Amino acid sequence: MINMKTEEVIENLPELAKNLKKHREVLLANLVMIGEIPSPTFQESERLEFLLDRFNEAGLTDSSIDGSGNGVGVLKGSKGESSILINAHADTVFSAKTDHTMQVSSDTITGPGVADNSLGLAVLATIPYILKELDFELEHDLILLGGSKSLGRGDLEGIRFFLDNNSFQISQAICIEGVELGRLSYSSIGMLRGEITCRVPHSYDWSRFGDASAILTLNEVINKINDIRLPKRPRTSIVMGSIAGGTSFNTIAKDATLGFEVRSESQEVVESAGQTIQDIVMEVSSKTGDDVELDIFAKRSPGGIPYAHPLNRCARQVMEILDIEPRLAPSTSELAALIDKKIPALTLGITHGDRIHKTDETIQIEPIYKGLAQLIGIIIAIDGGRCA
Amino acid sequence: MLELQDWIDKNTYHHSQFWDLKKLVETKEKLGLKISLCLPTLNEEKTVGKEIIIFKSELMNRYPLIDEIAVIDSGSEDDTLKVAKNYGADTYLAADILPELEPKRGKGENLWKAIYQLEGDIIVYVDADISNIHPRFVYGLVAPLIYREEVKYVKAFYDRPLAFSGNVRASGGGRVTEILVRPLFSLFFPELTAIIQPLSGEYAVRREVLEQIAFPIGFGVETSHLIDVHHKFGLEAFAQTDLDKRVHENKPTISLGKMSFGILQTFIKRAKTLGIFEKAEHETILRQFQVTKDQYEQNLIEIVEEERPPMIEIEQYRKKFGR
Repeated sequence: MINMKTEEVIENLPELAKNLKKHREVLLANLVMIGEIPSPTFQESERLEFLLDRFNEAGLTDSSIDGSGNGVGVLKGSKGESSILINAHADTVFSAKTDHTMQVSSDTITGPGVADNSLGLAVLATIPYILKELDFELEHDLILLGGSKSLGRGDLEGIRFFLDNNSFQISQAICIEGVELGRLSYSSIGMLRGEITCRVPHSYDWSRFGDASAILTLNEVINKINDIRLPKRPRTSIVMGSIAGGTSFNTIAKDATLGFEVRSESQEVVESAGQTIQDIVMEVSSKTGDDVELDIFAKRSPGGIPYAHPLNRCARQVMEILDIEPRLAPSTSELAALIDKKIPALTLGITHGDRIHKTDETIQIEPIYKGLAQLIGIIIAIDGGRCA
Repeated sequence: MLELQDWIDKNTYHHSQFWDLKKLVETKEKLGLKISLCLPTLNEEKTVGKEIIIFKSELMNRYPLIDEIAVIDSGSEDDTLKVAKNYGADTYLAADILPELEPKRGKGENLWKAIYQLEGDIIVYVDADISNIHPRFVYGLVAPLIYREEVKYVKAFYDRPLAFSGNVRASGGGRVTEILVRPLFSLFFPELTAIIQPLSGEYAVRREVLEQIAFPIGFGVETSHLIDVHHKFGLEAFAQTDLDKRVHENKPTISLGKMSFGILQTFIKRAKTLGIFEKAEHETILRQFQVTKDQYEQNLIEIVEEERPPMIEIEQYRKKFGR
């Protein structure tokens, strides 16, 4: 049954977006304080302790750090028969050595990781405060999950641990990312992520002049990967995202590493491309005599909810009321873990940003209120039974 | 002279002792105190917004410890005032406060005019250039004033380890403190050496004290405060709080020269007024600080600068060279 109050709230979301400006300092203070705590993958504990302090201050009595280091807070609902999960990953791509000072101007905030995903985590920290100030009482329990070990080699370990071990009945879930406002992800694509490392063997005869280099070997691998024929349908791509190797101008590189990701709408195509890369690695290794190693450390399967799913439809309606243009895009982040568990879920962005993953990563402040209103609107809609 | 170590033990705090903001706010309200935060600024657009956001969120919205946040500006050419206003601080140009007085330009001018402009029974001054700003910069300083009626002036200090070896490490202030101010205080105002960082720009003070002391408008303001408050109210009026780390831009040595020159002028003026130079004897103990575990201790070093007379006065010399 759809609750009348729900309808009222949803119709008035543009008004809510304006009112949320009142809570600007609380949200931005959380953002700055969270953002200034370095949080590389596997080292998120300090950031999540801060999050937990916020949950405790807001009176979320069941808050705790779980066995995988996730920060979990529970905002009890009036009925509490099932739960809505809101998730934001706590790790960033920046090392602890990076200067994490945040700079605040009149309309932007700049600093490493501010968009991905300090803002997401700050929203999570601020939601209990805002719901209390707005005097919204939910029927469902709202589970707020600050996820550990999500990115890169973390491979969603935090959220997977939580989903495997929690005792809540999670009916639907929303993942929050700092950017981009309008993002609406409801499906995961097939993905395989790994590294190829080439090493000149220790036994190599160094008297041979300049004809061996781990970089040259890796170059051979790259050329061959580039030659892999990929289908146009289902859509598939191989992203060669990072490369590292060697030490100086005049020293033969002893090692070189390529980071890559295969993405496809089809699991079969992902697996076949993975097999081809494995063959390439073996071929180049035997041809050059160098050690060439393939390490696959993350995989995702395609899946998700349909476009016409009520949760998806409901999110688009909320976005339309707020005049947010939805940008539909598949995801390989925490959404994939929820899809694996057959939990209807979405990923949303909160604001606009640029220079993502650079030390001067920047977000815009003004669109945040719409982003927040969108999130609250969808939570209220789920809670009121509109999205099931 | 008071037993300084006793004073240090009783009047030196760490901000973590005041973590219970709810209790602090309750006590403040019971006492009916009003607290104003003053941020003196000059071209601080990069850091002022963050300071205001954090203080407003944590110490006004969540825990209503401060009643007003005011930025008093010396005439910034950047967007300092725009940013500050945008985040809800009250903004003033120092020149617009008491406009009938001849305007002067300097941090001390802003601090002084804050006494006229702001309403608080306690004014807490925090520099606007701190990049690792945290609510402790305010609550750590006002808490001793709220909990202890006899305390009138609370000074910040920061843990800036200079050297570390075993369990004991030297602790103290910046370069100007250690090279100029601490030796000067050791010579002429040994009680004031109990203040670990006499030049720190963060302090909270009761109005009844602020209205009775003069304000050099330049670099000497912190030094003069210590000498004047000590002279009028004694060391018992002071307390100090460790605020951990403070990150700000490091100044080049040449700027420290200017700062030292200003401080020396202020110092000499006061030393003359108080008749300090006329005293026949001055102290010969340099008082520095060291930390043993969590304990701040004074390290007393006797330095007596003995002198030899001109060689011509030595008989053997005159004999040898026929002088």
